[in-house]
Amino acid sequence: MKTMTNHNDQLVIGGHAFQSRLILGSGKFSLDMTQAVIEHGAVEIVTLALRRANIGGQENILEYIPKGITLLPNTSGARNAEEAVRIARLAREIGCGNFVKLEVIQDAKYLLPDNYETIKATEILAREGFIVMPYMYPDLNVARSLADAGAATIMPLGAPIGSNKGLCTKDFIAILVEEIDLPIIVDAGIGRPSQACEAMEMGVAAVMCNTAIATAGNIALMASAFKQAVEAGRAAYLSGLGRVLHGQAEASSPLTGFLEE
Amino acid sequence: MTYQQGMEAIDSDMLEKVAAMVEQLDYHQYTGHDVKRALAQDRLSIEDYGAILSPAAAPFLEEMAAKAIAATRRHFGNSIQLFTPLYISNYCENHCVYCGFNCHNRINRGKLTLAEIEEELKAIAKTGLKEILLLTGESRYQSGVEYIGEAVKLAAKYFSTVGIEIYPLNTDEYAYLHACGSDFVSVYQETYNSSKYEQVHLEGPKRIYPYRFYAQERAIRGGMRGVAFGALLGLDDFRKDAFAVGLHAYFFQQKYPHAEISFSTPRLRPYINNAGNNANDVHERQLLQVMLAYRLFLPFAGITISTRERAGFRDHVIGMAATKISAGVRVGVGGHNEAEKGDEQFEIADPRSVEQVHQMILSRGLQPVYTDYLRL
Repeated sequence: MKTMTNHNDQLVIGGHAFQSRLILGSGKFSLDMTQAVIEHGAVEIVTLALRRANIGGQENILEYIPKGITLLPNTSGARNAEEAVRIARLAREIGCGNFVKLEVIQDAKYLLPDNYETIKATEILAREGFIVMPYMYPDLNVARSLADAGAATIMPLGAPIGSNKGLCTKDFIAILVEEIDLPIIVDAGIGRPSQACEAMEMGVAAVMCNTAIATAGNIALMASAFKQAVEAGRAAYLSGLGRVLHGQAEASSPLTGFLEE
Repeated sequence: MTYQQGMEAIDSDMLEKVAAMVEQLDYHQYTGHDVKRALAQDRLSIEDYGAILSPAAAPFLEEMAAKAIAATRRHFGNSIQLFTPLYISNYCENHCVYCGFNCHNRINRGKLTLAEIEEELKAIAKTGLKEILLLTGESRYQSGVEYIGEAVKLAAKYFSTVGIEIYPLNTDEYAYLHACGSDFVSVYQETYNSSKYEQVHLEGPKRIYPYRFYAQERAIRGGMRGVAFGALLGLDDFRKDAFAVGLHAYFFQQKYPHAEISFSTPRLRPYINNAGNNANDVHERQLLQVMLAYRLFLPFAGITISTRERAGFRDHVIGMAATKISAGVRVGVGGHNEAEKGDEQFEIADPRSVEQVHQMILSRGLQPVYTDYLRL
């Protein structure tokens, strides 16, 4: 089991500490809801797609994200390592900082990440001083390679982006939590607060959420629900979950009572 | 059908695959039970797709709409992309019996000079739009690839996304236009019924059905990022044509998984006073059924709604099935900055400005998106 990072139980990414463990994806929102979601979810990190940022034009997302929020530009639209690196550099040039959520996707249908190209891009970007948070398909070998390449976190998908199907890859994420000494952040597929809570109970460091909040009936209220779920899951993880018996009750007389003392 | 001189033939069997499945389609066999079963699926099979395009699905339009809204929101959130077309030439070498631009029609022909194109682009850019679609009639002689390339270069100065809707090209020509600054290509097959296709395309390069069919493949091989598919619904059996469009895109996506895929849904309007007389007529109800079927079969694909449809229809299909809407549209040659230089191909039904469409999108709880592409 991983040791706690600090006494205040902060989330530490690339040397930066955060209180919130709910990261907000912004690609599916109406922009005028962004601030309310950030407030109700007590969010400190918001992703943004550089390709959507209409810099200097109408409906520019940068104008809707309050000051003090850490921007996490993503490389959506990149189909290989080279394109991802160029997008990350562009993001830094326009003042989005050193954080980058690395997404390399060659499949327009399911939007599944290309792990191989992601490792290549991580290596280049980490060398250039970026705080690299790679989106990946949960594979232990790949996670180790990403860590070796200089990733600041590992961001496995729970289910395909936008599917709201929850933790389809739960067992594999659990392996990453167990084996990788970096914050594991579930990046895609979380559809309900209960699923976010379940992920946090497993010991993941944070969850990222977009569609589940953006498509809710009351967006601000759902952001608040996610905040509480993430906090509850984290508290459960820190407190140590109680035992759960599977399949049978515990025998009242010890089964091994026949052994001699 | 024999290719004309200079037309590139590529090694692909997609046409045969699509044709074989369309040939087998007997949409009259589907029942309400088949439609209900299809609508209960997470992912629709080709068989399910046939069912929801069939007449048996007509009573289930409401259920289809509800499922389509959920799929659209999952894949696109609240986003609605905005763009406008710019016609730079209406000269044409084809004789398509249904088209106002056809080479035998005595219309005012016109072609913008590069200086005029730039003035048009500036005028459009002032509206805040970042995506433009350049269109020409189909005349290599009057609007050659180099002329289009120069227009693309100009457009790329003012817009982050440049699409082209021109005559089909060879791979190297698509590569050239891609290098000039264009990334998206729209080519519509009009009808996938090859014998009907021959009947309505009497002269010109467009007569070569397979050359047009394989345009999207050549475009992607030439480095383009995305391609659009469509049939002119109502030209032939619209259910079969819509089925073919979906399959074309489906097989295409399997072969080129990185390609961004979208649909457009142009239609021939039924004759006034002839309503209800023809099973192939595409009224709004049928058009909506097709759009919903596209959304449910390929939920990740973009769908563009044309200004040929009335505002009331467009306002309701965005977010339900459509993800992209044109605004501030002129369909004559030029006309954004100065007077039009050539006649219009068709009449538009929604003349609203970019600002008006922007406000409409917001009023429907959706998010206008001006740019969704980063050229690297």
